Amino acid sequence: MRDRPVIFAGLLIFVGLFTFPLWYGHAGKTSPAGPDIKLPAQDKAKQCVAPLDYMRNSHMQLLVNWREEVVRQDQRQFTAYTGKVYDKSLTRTCLTQCHTNKAEFCDRCHRYAGVSGPYCWDCHIDTKLTASSLTSRSTP
Amino acid sequence: MKLTRKDFLRLSGLGLLAVAGKKAVRAITEAAPSATAPKKTKQWGMVIDLAKCRQEAGCTDCIKACNTAHNIPQIQDPAREIKWIWNQPFETVFPLLKTDFTKQAYTGHPITVLCNHCANPPCVRVCPTQATWKREDDGIVMMDWHRCIGCRYCMAACPYGSRSFNWQDPRPAIASFNPDFPTRTKGVVEKCNFCEERLARGKRPACVEACPEKTMIFGDLLDPDSEPRQLLRTRFALQREPELGTSPSVYYLV
Repeated sequence: MRDRPVIFAGLLIFVGLFTFPLWYGHAGKTSPAGPDIKLPAQDKAKQCVAPLDYMRNSHMQLLVNWREEVVRQDQRQFTAYTGKVYDKSLTRTCLTQCHTNKAEFCDRCHRYAGVSGPYCWDCHIDTKLTASSLTSRSTP
Repeated sequence: MKLTRKDFLRLSGLGLLAVAGKKAVRAITEAAPSATAPKKTKQWGMVIDLAKCRQEAGCTDCIKACNTAHNIPQIQDPAREIKWIWNQPFETVFPLLKTDFTKQAYTGHPITVLCNHCANPPCVRVCPTQATWKREDDGIVMMDWHRCIGCRYCMAACPYGSRSFNWQDPRPAIASFNPDFPTRTKGVVEKCNFCEERLARGKRPACVEACPEKTMIFGDLLDPDSEPRQLLRTRFALQREPELGTSPSVYYLV
């Protein structure tokens, strides 16, 4: 029984380490409930180019398709499921018309989901950023 | 039934022959239609009137317009600079026309050069990823910067030096950003795209629109009534190094 302090100290350290992700999440102000993103205004949210579920899971596939179609096939118009026609443009359609705040929408969710930065923004321009911040490439 | 070794070998040989024959027949019958596939309906081209351009010596409006439209970084080091359209001395543009007796006439009058959007582009042939290709319907030599791996084969293949490589992040060297066009990133090759993004919206290329003297005339070379074709019928015109067989789509009126 002389080892009791050592055993309990060890147990305490183990429990601390085991529950570390919870503490860390708490300190980093992320919650398991979901990312704290800023959604576009309600009237605009209903006009997204595809239904919410599809966009949440497959927006990256949609963007890759747009990229192929615009660059390689010269097809620049996209007819949404609502029938509305959009220009296939990341900067001029997604960012300008609805998700005007990339930092609080795209970036926050990517950070929450641990997506290592998509390199779209290495070239495509976030209109909100000034010339100096574009130059420093501070986006995650 | 007992199969001898000889019969077994015979039968498998015949089987192999039948499979190979079927594949060969299919390859021949399927290759035939693709040879006559999409017919080119257009070939965008440009005619540059050197006599008119000479009247506005020192004017760089076309170059500035292109730089702004395409977010082209201004890097001073000639080993790293990015160029889509620029001025170059006559003797380097038309090396075979260099003579001591005509020298006086052309010295000090640089020629505006850009990608020639060749009918037979060597850059397209060497690209290992098809990041650069000749667009079937209008003949523009396109670039897909998403796909470029930066091997620079195209730069070695282009006899006109029309391509530039991003040795460094271009963004710090861009004065003002045009959000309608992406920047490029370190490690990709870039060049003039004949303003395909403007053509898609029914506009003419930025350089053509910016020229105060209307020196650059843009149009479809396959249309006999187009403006460039009318000029080529009536004036004497040069292509850059036509002996290379690239068949440039940019002509110079002398």
